Amino acid sequence: MEFPILSVMILLPLAAGALLLLLPGDEAGKASTARWIALGTTLVELILGIVLWLGFDTGSSAFQYRETVPLFEPFFSWELGIDGISLVLIALSVFLMPICILASWESVKVRVPEYMAAFLLMEALMIGVFAATELFLFYVMFEGGLIPMYLIIGIWGGQNRIYASYKFFLYTLLGSVLMLLAMMYMVSVAGTADIPTLMSYDFAESAQVWLWLAFFASFAVKMPMWPVHTWLPDAHVQAPTAGSVILAGVLLKMGGYGFIRFSLPMFPDASVDLMWLIFGLSMVAVVYTSLVALAQADMKKLIAYSSVAHMAFVTVGLFGFNQQALEGSIVVMLSHGLVSGALFLCVGVVYDRLHTREIAAYGGVANVMPRYAIFFMLFAMASVGLPGTSGFVGEFLVMLGAFQASTWAVFIVCTGIILAAAYMLFLYRRVAFGTITNPAVEAMRDLTAREYACLVPMAVVVLWMGVAPNIFIDPVRAPVADIVARLDAAGAPQQQVELVAAPGTTAETVPGASR
Amino acid sequence: MQSLTGTLMQPLSESLSIAAPELVLALGAMTLLMIGVFRGTRSFVGLSWGAVVIYVIAGLSLLGDASSAFAFGGLYVADDYSAFLKVLIFVAAAACTVTAIPYLRRARSDKFEYPVIIMLAALGMSMMVSAADFLALYVGLELQSLAAYVLAAFHRNEARSSEAGLKYFVLGALASGILLYGISLVYGFTGTTSFTILAPLMSAEPSIGLIFGLVFIFAGLAFKISAVPFHMWTPDVYQGAPTPVSMFFASAPKAAAMGLLVRVAMEAFGGLADQWHQIIAFAAVASMILGAVGAIGQSSIKRLLAYSSINNIGFALIGLAASTPEGVSAVLFYMAVYLAMTIGSFLVVLSLRDTAGRPIDDIAGLAGLSRTRPGLAAALAIFMFSLAGIPPLLGFFPKFSVFLAAVEAEMYVLAVIGVVTSVVGAYYYLRVVKLAYFDEPTGEILPQESNVNGTVLAVAAIFCSPIGLLLIGPIGRAADQAALAMLSF
Repeated sequence: MEFPILSVMILLPLAAGALLLLLPGDEAGKASTARWIALGTTLVELILGIVLWLGFDTGSSAFQYRETVPLFEPFFSWELGIDGISLVLIALSVFLMPICILASWESVKVRVPEYMAAFLLMEALMIGVFAATELFLFYVMFEGGLIPMYLIIGIWGGQNRIYASYKFFLYTLLGSVLMLLAMMYMVSVAGTADIPTLMSYDFAESAQVWLWLAFFASFAVKMPMWPVHTWLPDAHVQAPTAGSVILAGVLLKMGGYGFIRFSLPMFPDASVDLMWLIFGLSMVAVVYTSLVALAQADMKKLIAYSSVAHMAFVTVGLFGFNQQALEGSIVVMLSHGLVSGALFLCVGVVYDRLHTREIAAYGGVANVMPRYAIFFMLFAMASVGLPGTSGFVGEFLVMLGAFQASTWAVFIVCTGIILAAAYMLFLYRRVAFGTITNPAVEAMRDLTAREYACLVPMAVVVLWMGVAPNIFIDPVRAPVADIVARLDAAGAPQQQVELVAAPGTTAETVPGASR
Repeated sequence: MQSLTGTLMQPLSESLSIAAPELVLALGAMTLLMIGVFRGTRSFVGLSWGAVVIYVIAGLSLLGDASSAFAFGGLYVADDYSAFLKVLIFVAAAACTVTAIPYLRRARSDKFEYPVIIMLAALGMSMMVSAADFLALYVGLELQSLAAYVLAAFHRNEARSSEAGLKYFVLGALASGILLYGISLVYGFTGTTSFTILAPLMSAEPSIGLIFGLVFIFAGLAFKISAVPFHMWTPDVYQGAPTPVSMFFASAPKAAAMGLLVRVAMEAFGGLADQWHQIIAFAAVASMILGAVGAIGQSSIKRLLAYSSINNIGFALIGLAASTPEGVSAVLFYMAVYLAMTIGSFLVVLSLRDTAGRPIDDIAGLAGLSRTRPGLAAALAIFMFSLAGIPPLLGFFPKFSVFLAAVEAEMYVLAVIGVVTSVVGAYYYLRVVKLAYFDEPTGEILPQESNVNGTVLAVAAIFCSPIGLLLIGPIGRAADQAALAMLSF
């Protein structure tokens, strides 16, 4: 038998988390041990993730590393496997986790073992969501994530944490239970809960619309799409820094992953029919939330609203129904995971020093923290989508692809990029530049070694993805091609992008064109 | 399976051996009573443990011949279905007996009658789930109910306990009357009270009188499982009765009455499923909504758990409304997990005492529990998330199986209402977790006083935690087998 690497990746953090809860000793000793155990575990997970990627056959759209243990029959069974889309998202999760642990190293002071255990539990469940190939196992993992996140926000969150934790929990739960019923229907009709099989199963067209809507209820909330996004700013603002990183970095991707894994391949007819709904909501979302972001006085809230706008790019791309748009969506997801995570870390860095997220309290930070200002600048630019950063690649591909589906949608969505530049630059000017008005800012130290350890890997990957995105796109190419073929069969508007490579345009920046 | 007519000539000894569990309980209860009478209150602890031994013996007597068998001229049936429920009843009764010891001692209510009355109630419940005839059903139900009335008023010096007992008695007697009236109508229009003889008579066009009888019977049974609109007694009785007694009411009798209702509906009135389906579906929806909404404003933990039990019964009824083997199996599975969650939650309540040693019933008393008693808080969180039905905790799976049964029976509206109310319900369960974990402690909470309670609590918590998932396969299969045994008539 092969080494069950996926099971190990899920069970290792669980075991470590349980261990943390049972640590003996006094408060301070436990806290320090818990930090090191958590960091060690997440680093081992990262190494396992790299091993996973190296052993992955990127040319194939088939699910790999498959494991089947009929452990929980007759309810569900333990079936794991990944394709390229799962692979890149698992990689994102294991990459962000050690950084989250480092980010909470000093800022979390109370109940440290419990905090670290909750994060390890989150990691296990996130990997489980992306690796599950059994419908109900996916659901268990998907919903299970609510409990640790509820506790993280509620126990270690800010002022208004209780309201935010309730809102987060109940909003996402309501979305998900409808999806659960849809899953039950699918299993009772198709007679199998195996996701790869269901991905090629043809449901009746009338049923597809209902099923699609039920899944939409769940994924739209998770994503989040306008108008069900209101839990996000609350949850983001109230969560501790690392909680925000995980929320923005990985949890939001579950919505996008859900669309691409379930809605598109399983209900292609309904997806084509309801494209207008997604485009409409996404267009509103981009413009509205960007404008709202412009008016925020709280740094975390601003980034939270920008997340909603970026996620709208993802949905537009997903429902552009062609290779470029779908690949672009996945890149936007990855890039947003890194960039918004990094921006939350940047906010965390200054928050740890000044204990306020009010933009007005800062100003002139670049004078006292020049190195910090460089990183903050890089991530702000990546969020805007400056060429050379990861943000550009994804957004460009999305618009290129979606342009074939709807020029109007792309026209509106494009304004989002301009607005993003406006709010990010405005934020950066107010925080980093200008003269120091707040005397407390004067005393702020520049980055510590620990903060470098968080930000440098992020910066490297953001630039890497911006300059050579193919490494990140290669694994998803084959599965996306399968989905596009299924959507074409369902009557998606045929569009073959005939992009003639102009002089100076390389296949690096326009991967779809090279096919 | 032997035929019904064959049982009429059956020798008494054979009947008695088929009904061995009940025989053990009846003799055991009488023995305990005699010991108690001669030795007095000081035998309370010994009798309680003696009762556990008797439950174990009664449980062991369930082993052996697995096939269905009638006894006492077709009044009584022993099959996998009744065996499954009896295991639940005995486990719950045993747990309620021993975990009550510290509480009753402190309240100076440590009378030797307590384990005896619980055992008589268990005997009644055991009869209920094995009844194959309306008369046996009624006798079992009354035995259980009479024992329960006494238990509700067990703190006889306390006005609230006496009030609970009286309320329970008056309403319970009314419900029994309604049930008996229904039985008499059914008998009058069909000429029999036996489930097996009734079943084939149900396929024809039913007469109005029969429908009336059916409705009365269902109303009487709905009272016993406290389904809306016959739930009014539940919060008052749970709050007024001593906490261990409330724990008992919320656990074993619910499982027994649910088992009884399912047997009556599926076995005796299986042919009239179209008629009773609406009653059950309405009761399910109304219980889910009222249970979820009613709990929100409660400040007493016991009242909260009372509404929670109403809510849970609503979910379990969805499985019956599906009226398929999968649905019946889902109900059984639901009750098994429900018992663990309920007993666990009540045990947490039993463990809550302020520095003066008084029990805490105000929900605000839970504030900061995770700081003062981390283990207890973790158990409470497991039970609450489990009751809310959040995976990967065990409480998700019974809900999952009833909804799956409903979807397979194409009852989509019922399923959608069910999942939406489960979200409403999640709100008040979350509130308990919030108090225990997010709020600062307001007062000291004394440590667990009894290792036995601690152990039972830990077992229940581990069962409801994700570790319990390893057991869902065996329990689910046992429930499937039980459902098929009952439906093979």
